[in-house]
Amino acid sequence: MAETTTFSNATQILEPFRGVKRVTIEEYFTSGHRTCQGCESALVMKLMVKASGPRTIVLGSTGCMYVANTTYYTTPWVVPWMHTQLGSSGSAALGTAAGLKALMRKGKMKTEPINVIAFCGDGGGADMGLGAISATLTHKEYNSLILLYDNESYANTDIQLSGMTPYGANTTFSPPGKAKRLIHTRWKKNMAGLMAAGHPECRYVATVCASYAVEMMNKVRRALTIGGPTFIHSLDPCPKGWDYDPMLSHELGELAIETGIFPLYEVEDGQVKYYGKTKALVEGRPRKPVREYLLKQGRFAHFIEEDLEHFQAKVDEMWEKWEIPAVVPFRRLDATKAALSAKS
Amino acid sequence: MAVVTPAAPTAHEDDKELLISGSEAVAEALTLADLDVVTAYPIRPYDTVMQAIAKKISGGQLVAEYIVAEGEHSQFEIVKHASTVGARVFCGSSGVGWMYAMECLVVTPPLRVPMVALVGNRALDDPGAFGVEHNDALVVRDVGWLLCWIDTSQEALDTTLIAYRVAEDRRVFLPLAISADGAFLTHSQALTMVPPKSKVDQFLPRYNRGDLLLHPDNPITVAPQANEDWVIEIRRQNNEAMARAVGVIEEAYADFRRVFGRGPENPWFEEYMTDDAEVILVGMGTISLPIKVAIREMRAKGRKVGLVRLRWFRPFPTEKLVAALSKASALGIIDRDYSFGSPFGSGVVANEIRAALYNADRRPPLMSFICGLGGREVTLEDVYKATELCYAAAKAGKSDPKTHWLGVRE
Repeated sequence: MAETTTFSNATQILEPFRGVKRVTIEEYFTSGHRTCQGCESALVMKLMVKASGPRTIVLGSTGCMYVANTTYYTTPWVVPWMHTQLGSSGSAALGTAAGLKALMRKGKMKTEPINVIAFCGDGGGADMGLGAISATLTHKEYNSLILLYDNESYANTDIQLSGMTPYGANTTFSPPGKAKRLIHTRWKKNMAGLMAAGHPECRYVATVCASYAVEMMNKVRRALTIGGPTFIHSLDPCPKGWDYDPMLSHELGELAIETGIFPLYEVEDGQVKYYGKTKALVEGRPRKPVREYLLKQGRFAHFIEEDLEHFQAKVDEMWEKWEIPAVVPFRRLDATKAALSAKS
Repeated sequence: MAVVTPAAPTAHEDDKELLISGSEAVAEALTLADLDVVTAYPIRPYDTVMQAIAKKISGGQLVAEYIVAEGEHSQFEIVKHASTVGARVFCGSSGVGWMYAMECLVVTPPLRVPMVALVGNRALDDPGAFGVEHNDALVVRDVGWLLCWIDTSQEALDTTLIAYRVAEDRRVFLPLAISADGAFLTHSQALTMVPPKSKVDQFLPRYNRGDLLLHPDNPITVAPQANEDWVIEIRRQNNEAMARAVGVIEEAYADFRRVFGRGPENPWFEEYMTDDAEVILVGMGTISLPIKVAIREMRAKGRKVGLVRLRWFRPFPTEKLVAALSKASALGIIDRDYSFGSPFGSGVVANEIRAALYNADRRPPLMSFICGLGGREVTLEDVYKATELCYAAAKAGKSDPKTHWLGVRE
C-alpha cells in the first residue's frame, strides 16, 4: 500500500482492479446481516469495503443498511463500523476524518492514511442529509467518501417515497387510486450532477451500479485515492420496493443504464467521463425504450400509455436537451451558443 | 458548612491574571486542555466562545481542527464522530440552535461520547430574544447529559477543565453541558486567574477512549440496532454512569483544589450566608448577583436570608441539597425557566426541589418564583418581594402552592 507524500492529502493509493480475476479475495462485509433476497444494496456494501480494504472506517446512517445489517449480537462488518443519524452521513465522514487528522497531526495517533467512508440511503442522503453532505464536500482538507445507495424509497420503513423515487411510482405514500392514478409527480433529483456542479473543489463524483461490480469497486478506489471529500451515487434495484422477482436485480440495474434513465459517469477535477454502457449510448448506440425497464416492476404496473410516454419524453430530454447529456440539466440560450461559436 | 464566597479567586504566583469574559475564559481552558476538534456555528450569545477559540488557533496558541459547520445538527454530529476516534472535542450553542441539534444531543450519552459543550443560555424563539432563559439547556436534563451552571469567568475556566476530567473518566463517559447565562456571563468581563499548562497537565489526563476506540486496529461495530432485546439494559448503564458521576465529580473538585489551590469544597452548590438563614433562596447562574446584593441589604435590616446557588443540575445533588435546605424556615426557589402545565405551574428547579424534599424529615414551606425570563433584569425589588412572600409562608407554616411571577407587567 503506497501513500501520497504530503500529509494534508495523504491517502492510500488504491490502484484499479484490472479485471474480475485481479480483485482481492478478502471480504470485509460478510455474513451476519439479514437483508432481503436480491438486495442490491447489500452487494454495494460488500463491494464498497472490498474495494477500500481493511484500513477503513465505515459510518452508516439510518436506513436499510443500518437496520438490516447490524442487529445487535451480529455484525457483517469486519472493519470498524458506526451508526450515524439519518441526516448525518456528511457530518459523520467529516467528524471522523477531522478527528483522525487532528490526532495524527498532533502526534497523538500513529500517522497512516485511513479511509473514511460514510454511506446513506436516498432518504438520508438526498432528502434529510443533503445539507450536511454538501458542507462536507466543501471541506477539502479532510479525506472521505460519501456513498449514497439509492434504492429509490424509504425501503426500511415500508417503502415510502423519497426525493429520489421515480415519477409515478407506487409507494405506500403514493398509492395509485381510482380518483388519482399518480400521486407522486415529482421528477427524481439529479444527485450526482448536483454534487459535482455545486462543489467546485470536490475532486471526484461518480455514479455506479453494482451490476458492474469491478467498475463499481474501481470508482470507490479512485474516490479514496484522489483525496479530499468525494461522492458516489449508486443505483440499487430493490425487490421489495420496486416489486419484482429478486432474481432480476442485476438485470434491472443493466436496464436502468441501457434505457438511459441512470447514466454511468465520473467527474474528476471537473472533467466528465462516461463509462460502461453509458459511454456506448453517448457514442450513438440507441437507448432501449424506458418501458422495457418500467414494466418489469410492480411499482409502475398502474402506468398507462400516457405515463410511459411522459417518462420517455423526460429521459429523452436528459439526453437531447441537456448541455452535458444526462449529467447537467443546464441549457445555453441559443444566442449564447451563437456568440460562443462565433468567437471560436 | 456555609462559606462566604471570597470576592476574588486566590492568586497564585504562576497564574496569569486576565480581564476576560466567561466565553473567553472557556477558550483559555480549552487551550490549556489541548482541544483537538471544535465545530462552530453562529448564534448569540454562546458564539463568542467560538470567536475566542478561532483567535487562539490563528494566533498559534492552540492546534486543533476548527470546523465551521452548516448548522447545529452537523455541528454536534461532527464532534460526536471525532470523539469516537479519540479526539478531545468541544461544541456549543444557544436557544433554538441547541434545539436544532436535539437529535444529536440525545444520541451522545448512549454512545458514551464525552463531549463538552457550552450552552450560552438564551430564550427560545418565538419571539426572537437574545436574553437568558434556562429552558434551552434544561431540555437535556432527562437524557444523560451532565449539566451544570456557572456564575463567573473564573468558574467558567475552572469548570471547563473539571468538565473534561469528569466526562472523560471511563467510569462516566457521558457528555457534559456547561450552562452560562447569555450576556450576563458570556459577554461580561472579570479578572480571571489562568493557570499554567504544567498544572493543567497534572490535573487533566489525556482522553483515552480505550476499547471503544473506532480504529482499524480495533474493528468494533458501534450502535447496532438493539430493539427490545437490549435497549433497557443500555438505559440502565447510562443511569449507572450518571450515578457514578457523583463520586467522580467530588474527586475532580478535590483534585482541582489540590493542584490549583482554589475551587469550592462543595462542588454541588454555593452557599451564601445560609448558616443562620431563616429564608433560603435558591437559584442558578448569574441571578446570584442581585440576590446576594439584596441579601446584604436585607441582613442590614435584620432579615436573616441566605442563598443556595445550584451549580450541578445533573447529577442532581439530592441528599446534600436536602440537608442544606431543610434547616430553613422557608424556601424560595427562583427559576429562570418555565414548565407550562407542570405541577403548580412552577419552573423546573422548583419542582425538582419539591421532589427532592418529598422524603425529607423536615420539609420547610416552599415558594416558587419565575423571573428574569428573556434576559429581563432581576431587580432588588423582585428579591425583596420574593423574600417577604417566603417569610409569610414561614409564618403560616405552609407552602403557598401558587407560582409567583416576578417583575412582570400585569
